[in-house]
Amino acid sequence: MVDALISHYNYWLIIILMMLGLYVVVSRGNLVKKIVGLNIFQTSVFLLYISLGKVSGGTAPILTGKPEAFSNPLPHVLILTAIVVGIATTALGLALVVRIRESYGTIEEDDILISERSQDASDINGSSA
Amino acid sequence: MNFIMPHLPVLQVAIPLIAAPICVLFTFGGHRKLAWLFTLAVSWVCFLIAGALLSRVLLDTDISYAIGNWPPPFGIEYRVDPINAFVLLIISGISAIALPFARLSVEKEIETDRHILFYTSYLLCLTGLLGVTITGDAFNIFVFLEISSLSTYVLIATGVRQDRRALTAAYNYLILGTIGATFFVIGIGLLYMVTGTLNIADLAERLQPLSDNRVVHAGFAFIVIGMGLKLALFPMHVWLPNAYTYAPSLVTVFLAATSTKVSVYVLLRFLFTVFGPSYGFVNLTLEFVLLPLAIVAMFAGSITAIFQTNAKRLFAYSSVAQLGYMMLGVALSNIPGLMATILHIFNHALMKGALFMALGCVMYRLGTISLGSMKGLGRSMPWTMAALILGGLSLIGVPGTVGFISKWHLILGTLEAGFWPIAILIVASSLLAVIYIWKIVEVAYLENEINQEKTLNEAPISMLAPLWVLVILNFYFGIDADLTTWVARNVAETFLGGGS
Amino acid sequence: MSNQSILILSILIPLIGGIGISLLHRAPNLREACTLISSIVLAFVVYSLLPRILSGETVNITFREILPGLALEFNVEPLGMLFACIASGLWIINSLYSIGYMRGNQEKNQTRFYIYFTIAISSSMGIAFAGNMFTLFIFYEILTLSTYPLVAHKQNPEAKSGARIYLGLLIGTSVGFQLVAIIWTYLVTGTLDFTPAGILKGKIDPTVLPILLALYMFGIGKAALMPFHRWLPSAMVAPTPVSALLHAVAVVKAGVFTVLKVVIYIFGIEFLSETGASTWLIWAASFTLLAASIVAITKDNLKARLAYSTISQLSYIVLGAALASSIGILGGGLHIATHAIGKITLFMCAGAIYVATHKTEISDMTGLGRKMPFTYAAFTIGSLSIIGLPPFAGTWSKWYLALAAADTQTWLVIGVYMLSSLLNVWYLLSIVAKGFFAPPSEKSDPSTGTIKEAPLLCVLPPCLTAVGCIALFFFADRVVELLRPIVN
Repeated sequence: MVDALISHYNYWLIIILMMLGLYVVVSRGNLVKKIVGLNIFQTSVFLLYISLGKVSGGTAPILTGKPEAFSNPLPHVLILTAIVVGIATTALGLALVVRIRESYGTIEEDDILISERSQDASDINGSSA
Repeated sequence: MNFIMPHLPVLQVAIPLIAAPICVLFTFGGHRKLAWLFTLAVSWVCFLIAGALLSRVLLDTDISYAIGNWPPPFGIEYRVDPINAFVLLIISGISAIALPFARLSVEKEIETDRHILFYTSYLLCLTGLLGVTITGDAFNIFVFLEISSLSTYVLIATGVRQDRRALTAAYNYLILGTIGATFFVIGIGLLYMVTGTLNIADLAERLQPLSDNRVVHAGFAFIVIGMGLKLALFPMHVWLPNAYTYAPSLVTVFLAATSTKVSVYVLLRFLFTVFGPSYGFVNLTLEFVLLPLAIVAMFAGSITAIFQTNAKRLFAYSSVAQLGYMMLGVALSNIPGLMATILHIFNHALMKGALFMALGCVMYRLGTISLGSMKGLGRSMPWTMAALILGGLSLIGVPGTVGFISKWHLILGTLEAGFWPIAILIVASSLLAVIYIWKIVEVAYLENEINQEKTLNEAPISMLAPLWVLVILNFYFGIDADLTTWVARNVAETFLGGGS
Repeated sequence: MSNQSILILSILIPLIGGIGISLLHRAPNLREACTLISSIVLAFVVYSLLPRILSGETVNITFREILPGLALEFNVEPLGMLFACIASGLWIINSLYSIGYMRGNQEKNQTRFYIYFTIAISSSMGIAFAGNMFTLFIFYEILTLSTYPLVAHKQNPEAKSGARIYLGLLIGTSVGFQLVAIIWTYLVTGTLDFTPAGILKGKIDPTVLPILLALYMFGIGKAALMPFHRWLPSAMVAPTPVSALLHAVAVVKAGVFTVLKVVIYIFGIEFLSETGASTWLIWAASFTLLAASIVAITKDNLKARLAYSTISQLSYIVLGAALASSIGILGGGLHIATHAIGKITLFMCAGAIYVATHKTEISDMTGLGRKMPFTYAAFTIGSLSIIGLPPFAGTWSKWYLALAAADTQTWLVIGVYMLSSLLNVWYLLSIVAKGFFAPPSEKSDPSTGTIKEAPLLCVLPPCLTAVGCIALFFFADRVVELLRPIVN
């Protein structure tokens, strides 16, 4: 049992990271911190892919002519793409946060909600632009 | 031509993808109109390609295209069969119809110096959606999904000129959309772990003996949840109303008509091609998770829609309900049910496209789409409002419209599955649609105009023409449903035949 | 002209008229002329089809199939022919009356009024000539939707809430019950065509037949079977020409017409009488018949009283269908005609009184008979016809219905007929009596002295239909002759 836990330590780490990231996204009201959480969450998935490509004792898949065990390079390549996607997401998210800060004057979710509520109310009264 | 024909699958995606950076070049000199024309031309080319692909798959056989000549399952395969050719046609068709409408709408709603970048994002979004649909590689789906999602966030945020809430809507969608896509990619990873392949056809084969494997179950769950988020399956729909409401009109038209449909398609693909209803856990999920959620969505969406004061938000909630119908058809997993889903993917694109386009016309003239400001609009904008009402009738499912065709099959599906109480629920939820459509009718036709002194004109012809094309299609395919039902039956039989 | 083209024309002519009306919205005289001309042309076209149907020809047009086995299909049979004749014939008279009423009352949005009127007439023609249940359902819904703006015409809160109830109940029942019944029928039989002996026989378990029948009967909300009758009184907020043509003739008759069609061509009379599936319907209709009559007595608003009277009279026809005997069907079909002409007279008189005096309550209408002799004479004739006294048209339909009850030996139903006729006397003739014999109330406004007949165009049409009530008494055999092929 303990062996099984320890031999799969990479999965435990990944699960912990994943839950941590999700928790941060859900619980933090600060928009930047949410993006940090999202990053942690995504990183855990990157680790999942990278670790599953690893073959114990395997080396990088470079053909040297000798019979060697290779790690599976495919997940690593996939994750390169995923990292790029992650960076783009982060950049876009941060850009949005900048614009939100410019229009609302805050990046705290609660304050934004309050000012949106009052805007909603004025919409219903029909005095919108 | 003979040189191009075999490469159509890759051109379908490559053309808009290459067009996007070219479009940016129009910034030098600020040729806004040229950028629009260019996007329009690209959309039409995509539409023609999709049409050619569909006719080829329907009349001939499925197409398998190996990117870079790497044979599947090693290389990335683009695989075209009736279902995704049909979805490709919907996406590119809506884009081709929506873009003539776009110029004036974008002119009005988006800051002038952003137009060219706007069209670039639009092209990327189109690329993404087409790519998700055409590819036969699971990881490739994720990549294209993110291309479309990222550009969608940008497109939604450009609504900031009308309302600053577009920014928070885009931000929230970004957070939830990313979580959804990441869930999806976890699921793919887990499946890769046990099968060692990413090719969809290959996955389906290698999963056959693994139906009791826990990892497969977990992967399946992640994929369903991830796609559920992207397609706004109740209760994961919270991002949708704000995103639709505050996005620019063109973006709402395009997204409402296409993006959730693409996610429905991906879900269908995984449920029926990769796994198949014969797997016990798939069946359980369909019956005990998707079925109840779909029914709740039908009602929650419609009831919430009744209480909205913003017309766009009203129809956004109605979309949640309509996605419920699509999911119900999936959950029934019999031929008429699946046919209803596939028909509704097409039909709902037509009706929501028309409805949001009509609201775009209202926005163009009025600058707002709150119901309170639409009083008496039936008199000053008769064509727009008539289109809105006709689209609404289609949404209700009045006979003679496309909505009726999909509801008919859905009810047949429930009766065939023996769930007759659900048939009554479907009917009851259509009646809720009557209520919210009639709210608009009363405001538009039975109220007096608020500001009598300012006379409003009808929307310009370049916006009305595409709108009415969609409205007429709503009725055309409601009366002559041969083509659509034929495709839907074809697809439904493939899905269910392959699975069992 | 070929029969086919006549059929198509009868649906298109009102629509073409509607387009003409919308183009002529700036010239009221031309616009009204357009309404009148299209109604005359329509009647001419429809009546030109009549001799051909009488001589036994059949007309059938099938457009493309929408879903497998479901085509847009038209088929002329005697019952539909009768309905089309009534609706198109009375449209002419009603058009004259509309002009008088709308102008006399200076109503707003008259163009919209006339346009939707034409759409409603067109869809009535579609209902009359529908060749299968699916086509009928489509036109049934179009009729509901196109009459909604007419009911909400005044646009005040009262009209809006009335129109909401109208639309809600009609759409609700039709989608909630009728559509389910239609899909069920389709699932069981694979067709929805109107077939002379019915399509359900041998395809469905007779024990669930009453349920299917109930889904149809309550689903056809336009037949106003209790408890789904509320829409009819609510629709009375509409201008009187609408109440007259649509809610005494086209819409409600479309309802009972559908009931007859379903009973004859979907269930089949024989199948129904064998299984006894319609026994419950006899009692439901009897209840509606009596209850509505009693409610009518309590109503002081003239149009509301007429509305409840309509509900009660519609149940005569439903009852005729429920008896599942050939004489009952004949009586029901005949009652569609006689009640239509009688009730339109009454409604037009009510409108004429409103135009002349702006009175809506019966208790205020004392002594008006002497001021408005023609209106009240027409009203009296209409009332007597509906009560069923010779020499007025209503006699024959009640005669046949009573015969049917005797034929099927449901003696209690004869009692119901008797009782309700007495109630009819009470609630209709009391209005006449107040008009002629009660002295004008003293407390009423000083203008009473200046009351005179409404404009000619408001008074002439009810007089014409009153004459029609008498004429139909003598020519009822023609109608029976037209209908007889259905039951043979």
